[in-house]
Amino acid sequence: MKYPTITSVERKTIGRPAGGDFFVKPGALLLEDGTRFDGFVPEWQDDGIVGEVVFNTGMTGYVETLTDPSYSGQILTFTYPLIGNYGVPDPETWESDRMHLRGVVVSELTTDWSHETGERSLLEWLREQKVPVIAGIDTRALTKKLREHGVMAGTIRSDRSAAKLPAYIAPAIVSISEPRVYNPSGHKTIIAVDCGMKENILRHLVLRGYRVKRVPHDYDYTAEVYDGVLLSNGPGDPTDYAAAIRVLERAMLRDKPIFGICLGSQLMGLAAGAKTYKLLYGHRGHNQPAIRPDGQGFITSQNHGYAIDEATLPEGWEVSFRNLNDNSIEGIRHRTKPFSAVQFHPEAAPGPTDTNWLFEEFGKLV
Amino acid sequence: MNRIPKKILILGSGGLKIGQAGEFDYSGSQAIKAFKEEGIETVLINPNIATVQTDADMADTVYFQPLTHDVVTRIIEQERPDAIALSFGGQTALNLGLSLNKSGILAKYNVRVLGTPVSVVETTEDRELFKQALTAIGVKTARSQSVYSVEEAVEAAAKIGYPIMMRSGFSLGGMGSGRVANIDTLRRRAGEAFQGAPQILIEEYLAGWKEVEYEVVRDSTGNTITVCNMENFDPMGIHTGESIVVAPSQTLTNAEYHGLREVAIKTIRHLGIIGECNIQYALDPKTSDYRVIEVNARLSRSSALASKATGYPLAFVAAKLMLGRALPEIKNSVTGTTTAFYEPALDYLAVKMPRWDLTKLRTSDRTIGSEMKSVGEVMALGRSFPEALQKAIRMLNTGSSGLTDYPHKFEDPEAETKQATDRRVFAIYELLRRGGSVEDIHGHSGIDPWFLHQLARIHSTEKALSTQPLTPELLLQAKQNGFSDRSIAGLRRSTEDDIRRERLVHQIRPTVKQIDTLAGEFAAETNYLYTTYHGQHDDVTPLDFKPVIVLGSGPYCIGSSVEFDWCAVNVAKTLRGHGRQTIMVNSNPETVSTDFDRSDRLYFEELTLERVRDIADFESGSQIVISVGGQIANNLAVPLARSGYSILGTSAPDIDQAENRQQFSSLLNRLDIDQPAWQEVTTLERAKDFAAEVGYPVLIRPSYVLSGGAMSVVTSEKDLDRYLEQATLLSPDHPVVISQFITNAKELEIDGVADHGEIVVSAISEHIENAGVHSGDATVVLPPQRLYLETIRRAKIITREIIKHLNVTGPFNIQFIAKANELKVIETNVRASRSFPFVSKVTGHNFIQIATEVMLGIYRREAYETLELDYVGVKSPQFSYNRLKGADPVAGVEMASTGEVASLGANLLEAFYASWLSTDQSLKGKHIFVSVPDDHKHKIVEEVARLVGEGWHIYATKGTHDYLDEHGIKSEPLYKLSENKHPTVQDAIAEHKINLMINVPSWTADDRDAYDIRRLAIDNHIPLVTNAEVGAIVLRCLGEVDLSKLPIRSWQDYVRT
Repeated sequence: MKYPTITSVERKTIGRPAGGDFFVKPGALLLEDGTRFDGFVPEWQDDGIVGEVVFNTGMTGYVETLTDPSYSGQILTFTYPLIGNYGVPDPETWESDRMHLRGVVVSELTTDWSHETGERSLLEWLREQKVPVIAGIDTRALTKKLREHGVMAGTIRSDRSAAKLPAYIAPAIVSISEPRVYNPSGHKTIIAVDCGMKENILRHLVLRGYRVKRVPHDYDYTAEVYDGVLLSNGPGDPTDYAAAIRVLERAMLRDKPIFGICLGSQLMGLAAGAKTYKLLYGHRGHNQPAIRPDGQGFITSQNHGYAIDEATLPEGWEVSFRNLNDNSIEGIRHRTKPFSAVQFHPEAAPGPTDTNWLFEEFGKLV
Repeated sequence: MNRIPKKILILGSGGLKIGQAGEFDYSGSQAIKAFKEEGIETVLINPNIATVQTDADMADTVYFQPLTHDVVTRIIEQERPDAIALSFGGQTALNLGLSLNKSGILAKYNVRVLGTPVSVVETTEDRELFKQALTAIGVKTARSQSVYSVEEAVEAAAKIGYPIMMRSGFSLGGMGSGRVANIDTLRRRAGEAFQGAPQILIEEYLAGWKEVEYEVVRDSTGNTITVCNMENFDPMGIHTGESIVVAPSQTLTNAEYHGLREVAIKTIRHLGIIGECNIQYALDPKTSDYRVIEVNARLSRSSALASKATGYPLAFVAAKLMLGRALPEIKNSVTGTTTAFYEPALDYLAVKMPRWDLTKLRTSDRTIGSEMKSVGEVMALGRSFPEALQKAIRMLNTGSSGLTDYPHKFEDPEAETKQATDRRVFAIYELLRRGGSVEDIHGHSGIDPWFLHQLARIHSTEKALSTQPLTPELLLQAKQNGFSDRSIAGLRRSTEDDIRRERLVHQIRPTVKQIDTLAGEFAAETNYLYTTYHGQHDDVTPLDFKPVIVLGSGPYCIGSSVEFDWCAVNVAKTLRGHGRQTIMVNSNPETVSTDFDRSDRLYFEELTLERVRDIADFESGSQIVISVGGQIANNLAVPLARSGYSILGTSAPDIDQAENRQQFSSLLNRLDIDQPAWQEVTTLERAKDFAAEVGYPVLIRPSYVLSGGAMSVVTSEKDLDRYLEQATLLSPDHPVVISQFITNAKELEIDGVADHGEIVVSAISEHIENAGVHSGDATVVLPPQRLYLETIRRAKIITREIIKHLNVTGPFNIQFIAKANELKVIETNVRASRSFPFVSKVTGHNFIQIATEVMLGIYRREAYETLELDYVGVKSPQFSYNRLKGADPVAGVEMASTGEVASLGANLLEAFYASWLSTDQSLKGKHIFVSVPDDHKHKIVEEVARLVGEGWHIYATKGTHDYLDEHGIKSEPLYKLSENKHPTVQDAIAEHKINLMINVPSWTADDRDAYDIRRLAIDNHIPLVTNAEVGAIVLRCLGEVDLSKLPIRSWQDYVRT
């Protein structure tokens, strides 16, 4: 059993108010509408980073969540109040090689973590990753605010003055710069279009024995030999991925199977001719019910702020999953061709594994 | 399959006992509601008369009858239900259902089992089948072997290696289970276990692994969700019912959480469960490897907890699923917009703590382990672990207002950390105070360091509070870490009031948060609330129309059981019926009152002065009902009134006049009403003088009783010396109340409701037992069958006088002793008593409804008949001695029963017999053992003679045998161990020769032999009677009542409701 190593910074802070005991400085989360939520911040972090403030309702899996590239550009609020309990394990288990988000908001961040697989505290990790954090926030009140007014820009500050919010700058697309092949001896080739792909998608493909060629988001693979295409998740507005959509339109002229996940489903929709729209506050959590037309339901892991507009879904396409809570589209499928996509995360990590079988379905087509 | 039935029979769980408490009133009530909503007729069998599920507006037909194969068969015969629900009445109902199925009764009468098929239940209950089923799909279970004899057990244990875990099949609450370290213990324990179960399991011992459980729901179309997972603070080795439990899990990574979730869903699908079930795991903290420990294919204590922890109405949904509804079709009643197909996301955590009463149950063994001993539980909600944990400690009502002010001392806290006792969490805290490290304590206990660090956090705050200036920041930090104003005051030599004032000056008050099941993701109209200091905004605004706050019962414990929950629920129902906004406050997850649709607002909160004030301050203009929640709520009357809050009903000074011994005694003197002589003494000399004056025996009670009273009957001066000298009980600071103990007297009580001192309804009942048995352990008869009219008349006059002078408005209860036509008043409670549901249901007049209307000032006078009934109701105590190794199973002055049941009958014998059988008694033959002290022998001689004449075989100890012999009655003598002669009583028990034991202790002798015999009876599942009057009536029943010929009548058949 490993025990937490309390850094000097943490040690001297025992007995401080509110949430994590090490948050030495009064700070605040400032929203673009002028609302201020007071909390505490570590003394080392920089101010001035503006992100889109969103919330996630998952109760575990903060390591996977924080390394999910889809949070790029965002300040993430955990609605579950105790974060950091089991520390941070080695990077092998992460969903990408680093955190892509712009800030973290919690009620309480634990430095006294405990787990066999842990290597450091969440606080140390945030410091290394230079991601600002604020604790002691009434995250429920913040969540209700975002639910009612929609997601908005915000910034974490190390004082509680009423400063003006700097402008929000949309994040760059997260992708690899050069194609890379995994499991080169695999039996069939899958093109994995990386728009900010979670590692677990890759793990699932490799686990099933495929040769995976991971390509940049704007890479043109249509002239290559492949057996299937996987469109990954990723951050931001799907209409910003114009190059990827153009390539996809061409790929869809061939009959090779294509499977999209999250942003990938929105790209497929756009390539098919449908439109997307921004949800008021998105779906982020591990308890989203997705239901199939045959009545079978699945609990899914989700993280998205955009969705496909059903009214614009062209002829030849159908809805394969729906969100039971708000009836929004959770999956689309071509009626005759092997193209399908889901808005949720069948690869889980974090969240429920109920829809892992979608990889098998894709495999059958490939 | 999906055909909706027309008439459903629901089996309840009977009297509250250890391992099976009030949670099944919650689940049964929700099920009835769900069935009724579909227009289905419901029939309920449950002898637990104090439940909400047996109320007039619940099931269409209610039977207060024993939950036995024969009785249920006859009810099926006459009711002809087309379906039966087995999963709402705990293990009792499930086992009964399995036996009805096996005997072909269900098939014979075409009764379909709803929900999980019987074959699946059998698979989950039979350890071997269960293991096979799981192994078939690659799910891991503990290495184990089912055995059917002691020798097989020994063999299996040798193979697996000691220590092993022994488990008993088909049992509730882990009865007969435990860690066994060697062959001798195994032989003994296995021998005992085989008395109660045909099969036991020898299993690998997974000490130190984390214990985790999931509540799983599956519909008949295959949709499956896990509503909640929970992690035990105490690792494997401590029964989950004995553990501090937190929801959701705190120390599990995503891979562990969802890995186990996946196994849960796979397992439940494979088994084919329909409805609700619970799956328990052991999880290796080093490798994340797991074992499935068990699956409970029914609603359980854990599911009640999960339901309250998340807001997801598990039992209601389970009932709908049994009817063939699919999860996505069922509405989420919390949000009103989404469906039941989702998994709740919590934005708080729930901490459950068990409530024990081991000191009251006279067992010296305070260790806890794999068998359940706790009698109730509390659940605390908060946004940090220290906040929730310290709340839970206060909710227990055992004398601590937090971890820091535990009132008892520790000899060896390390020992109690290693071998857990009922106070382990306090022992751990004591170790931290003495400088113990988290590493060491983890080593002693196996408790995950995360939890221990949280305790260390509380300790560092305690240190700051004792040494640093009380800045607003420190005060807020203390509140966020769960410190009560009183604990803070204790550390700062201040007062609770001053700390409260100080924090309100700085606007430090708890915020009110909603439980909405979706962590705020969707707007929810939920009225389910808790408070936290980790918040800056309230989720709700105060109710605006003079709401009424009803204080519930708090945890179930000896003396406070489901009856007070019934009272609270009925108050709320009446209030709402009259259009009054109602706020319920309670801390007990095993209750119906904490169903959020029973009130306009539910605060799942502490019943402490501080928190009730916080709530009343927030809900300004409210009035408070303190008289229906039992003693916890009642004790808040005076302090609340003193702080300026408005109490509904009898005024606080008048309550105090009844509660305060001195004041009440002088009132009785003024009114010229007799009472047993008593005195408060501070010296041994004074005590001796008093005892000499009134004569032995005398009753002694320390005036300051925390939990676990130390009331005792003292029979001689020598005894008195010994009693008062032990444990420094007597000092000027700790006076002792000593009172005359009247023997061979009858006891009676009057329950009623008064309006400004004038009685509007009352009912008089008598005890079968002579005075000396606590009223909570007594068998109560209504209307009285053997009281003189003169006695009844005088009791009524006295009651009228007392109630008038206490100016009672609301419920009351007065207890009397009657001897030779003289009446003495023992006690007056100006609150609802535990017999309120009994008298309400027997008479057909809802006393609580009347009391509520009186308190509101809207009562309209009516006449009620409560004496001239053409039937009889008998209430019997339910004991849990078989769960408490070593406890002496004798009813005495200190209450020991954990629940109660009642039955109605055409006469006393019929009602008594049904009621007695309802306390889990079953007679398997005609062999009775009798051992009664001299002064009681005459009470049973006639009955014994008759039974012998009818072919019963009587065993007796020497004295009793000789006495019977003198009266020409044949009996076979058995010897006590100390007599060194065979056959001994123990021999006869071992040879299964005895079917009923009547063993009455004498007041004078401290007889080790007699204790052994009683204990053996309990351990060998032989019905045991320890009271001469009850013994006499049991024997009469055996001679005069033929149950198989009696009509079985429903409540509605006796009483028009």
